[in-house]
Amino acid sequence: MIDPTVARIERLLRNPLVLITAAVVLAAPVALLAWLLWPWYGAFVQGLLADAFWFPLLFMLFVLVMILNATALCILAERKIAGFTQDRRGPNRVGFWGLLQPIADGLKFLFKEDIIPANVDRGLFLLAPCLALIPALIGFAIIPWAGEVRWPWMPADAPAVSTQAASLDVGFLYLLAVGSLGVYGVVLAGYASNNKYSFYGGMRATAQMISYELPMGLALLCLLMTAGSLRPEEIVAQQAGSGVWYVFLHPLAFLLLLTSSFAETNRAPFDLAEAEQELVGGFHTEYSSMKFAMFFLAEYAHMITGSALLVALFFGGWHFWGLPGAEDTSWVAMLLRLAVFVGKVVLFIGLFMMIRWTIPRFRFDQLMRIAWLGMLPAGVVLLAGTAVLAALGLERNLWACLALNVAVLAGMLVYVGRSRRPVTGRQPDLPPVPVGAVSG
Amino acid sequence: MRDEDVLIVQEPELTAAERLYLPQIFDGLRTTLRHVFSLKRRAQVVCEYPDVKREETGALRTTNYRGVHRLNKDPDGRVACVACFMCSTACPAHCIHIEAGESPWPDREKYPVRFDIDELRCIYCGMCEEACPVDAIELTPHYELVGRTRQEMIFDKAKLLQIYEETKAVKPRRNPPITDYGLTGGQSRDVAEPNVERKI
Repeated sequence: MIDPTVARIERLLRNPLVLITAAVVLAAPVALLAWLLWPWYGAFVQGLLADAFWFPLLFMLFVLVMILNATALCILAERKIAGFTQDRRGPNRVGFWGLLQPIADGLKFLFKEDIIPANVDRGLFLLAPCLALIPALIGFAIIPWAGEVRWPWMPADAPAVSTQAASLDVGFLYLLAVGSLGVYGVVLAGYASNNKYSFYGGMRATAQMISYELPMGLALLCLLMTAGSLRPEEIVAQQAGSGVWYVFLHPLAFLLLLTSSFAETNRAPFDLAEAEQELVGGFHTEYSSMKFAMFFLAEYAHMITGSALLVALFFGGWHFWGLPGAEDTSWVAMLLRLAVFVGKVVLFIGLFMMIRWTIPRFRFDQLMRIAWLGMLPAGVVLLAGTAVLAALGLERNLWACLALNVAVLAGMLVYVGRSRRPVTGRQPDLPPVPVGAVSG
Repeated sequence: MRDEDVLIVQEPELTAAERLYLPQIFDGLRTTLRHVFSLKRRAQVVCEYPDVKREETGALRTTNYRGVHRLNKDPDGRVACVACFMCSTACPAHCIHIEAGESPWPDREKYPVRFDIDELRCIYCGMCEEACPVDAIELTPHYELVGRTRQEMIFDKAKLLQIYEETKAVKPRRNPPITDYGLTGGQSRDVAEPNVERKI
C-alpha cells in the first residue's frame, strides 16, 4: 500500500500545471521587484553589459551556472535515454515526466553520509574530486558561444562585446592542456583511496589518457594546418564565412577527435577506469555523498566541454546556413547564434549517450590497440597528407581535403581488412583452438 | 563425456567492415535508436508497477511465476504435505524447517506438525516445488511480500495454508492430489492412472 499522503504529493508534483504555477508564483515577486527597482540600478547593469571586460565575465558566469544545471539535466537525460534504449520509461515518478528527478538526486547526494575511510591519504582524497571538476569547468573559457554582440544602448563607436570569456592565442591548446588535467583527479582519487581496485582504475585512466592524447593532438594538428589559427573564434568565423564546416573537409580527423573525446571523458565504451563489473566502482569506489557527485558532475561537464569543442572546431560553432552571421551584432542574432550552438552541443551529447548505451566496453588490450595501431597511424598519415596539401596551398580546398580523408579511410579499410591483427576478435598470438582434442 | 560429444565452435572470421569497427557502430546505433523511438514496443514492455499491476495487464504468467509459497490442501481440507523433508533437503538456501509428527489419518504415515519457511532467506528458485513428491508445496504468483519484522517473515503452516486459500482461485493446484487415496481406491495414483500427465 502506498501511503495516501505520499501518493497525493506525488500526483501533485506530476501535474505540469502545478509546476508551472509554482514557478510563476516564485518568480513573479522577484521579477516585479527587479522591475520596480530598475531605475536605481538599470544604468549600472547596462554599463556592465556594454563593458568589454565585464560582459564576457558575466556571460561566463551565466554559462557556468547553465552548465552546472545542464549536467543535472544531462543525468536525467542519460537515465531517460538508458530507459528508452532498453524499452523502459526511465525516471518518471518525480515531477512531470520525471523533470524534478535532478533535484531529488541532488538532495539525495547532499543528505547522504559523507564517509572518508580510515586509511586514505586524506589530503589527496579531498583534493581529487575538486581536481576532477575544476578542469572540466574552466575549459569553457575559450568556447566562442555566440560571436559578438552590440547592445542597443551602446554608443555607435563603442566596440562590440564578445561572448567568449577569454580569447587566447593558444586557443584550443589551452583546452587540450586543461582537459587532460582532468585525469589527475581520477588518478589521485585512485591513489588516495588506498584500495587496489581504485588504484587499478586510476592506472587505467592514466594509460588511456596518454594513449588518446596523441590521436587527439594529430587530429587537431590537421585542423590547425587547415585553419591556420588556434583561436576557436577565428576557426568558427572561417567556417561561418565560407559556409563549409571543417567536418566536410576532414571527416576522418573529426572521427579521431570524437573517439578521443570519448576516451578523454572516460565514458563508455572507454569507461575502463570505473568499470563496475571489474573494479567494483573503479576510482570512485571509496567516494560517497557530494564528493561522488562531483566526479559525476565532472564527467558530464567534460562531456559538454568535449561536445562544445567538437562543435566549435568541426561543426561551424554558432554558424547555420540561412541564419545571421558574424556581421549581425544585434542581440537577437546573438541569441539565435547561442541557440544554434547549444542545439548542436545538445545533439552531440545525445550522440555521446546513444553511443554509451550501444557499444559494450572495450577490453584494455583492445583499447590500446585502437589507439596505437588504429588511430595513431591513421592520424599520422592524415597529418602528412594535410601537410602536403598545405604545401601545395590546397589546405582549404574542400575536394582535395575530402579526397585525402576518404583515401586514408579506404587505406585503413584495406589495411585492417588484410591485417592479421583485428582490433576486436581473436588475436593471432593466442594459441589456436584445438579441434577434436578436448576431453573431460 | 565423450570427445565426440564436445562441439567446438570456432570464432567466425571478421570481415573487413567488422575489423574497421565503424560500420558496426552505426549498425548498433541503428538498433538502439530503433528502440528509443519505438513507443509501441515500450508500451508493450513497460508496466508501471505501483499504478498498474502485471496481473491486470495479463503480463504475469500465473502458472509458473515463482512468488510466495503455499501449502496445498487435499480435497478433504487436510494439509497435503507428508513431512518427507524432500523440500528442505533440496532447498539451496536452507529456509524450510519442518517438524514431523505421526499422522492422525490412516492414509499416510507422517504429517508436518510445524512447517516454517523463512521468506527472507528463500531465493525463490522453486526447487522445493520440484522436489515435493506429493505436490504439496507450490510457489504462487503472489509477489507483494512485506512485513515489519524479520520474525513476521517466517511463514508458519497456518500462514502457508491460508495463502493456499487466497491463491487457489488464481492458480489451482495443478496436479491432482496424489495422497488422496480415497479417490483412487487406496492405490498410488501412478498405478491407478498411469497415463495422466505428471510434473517431473
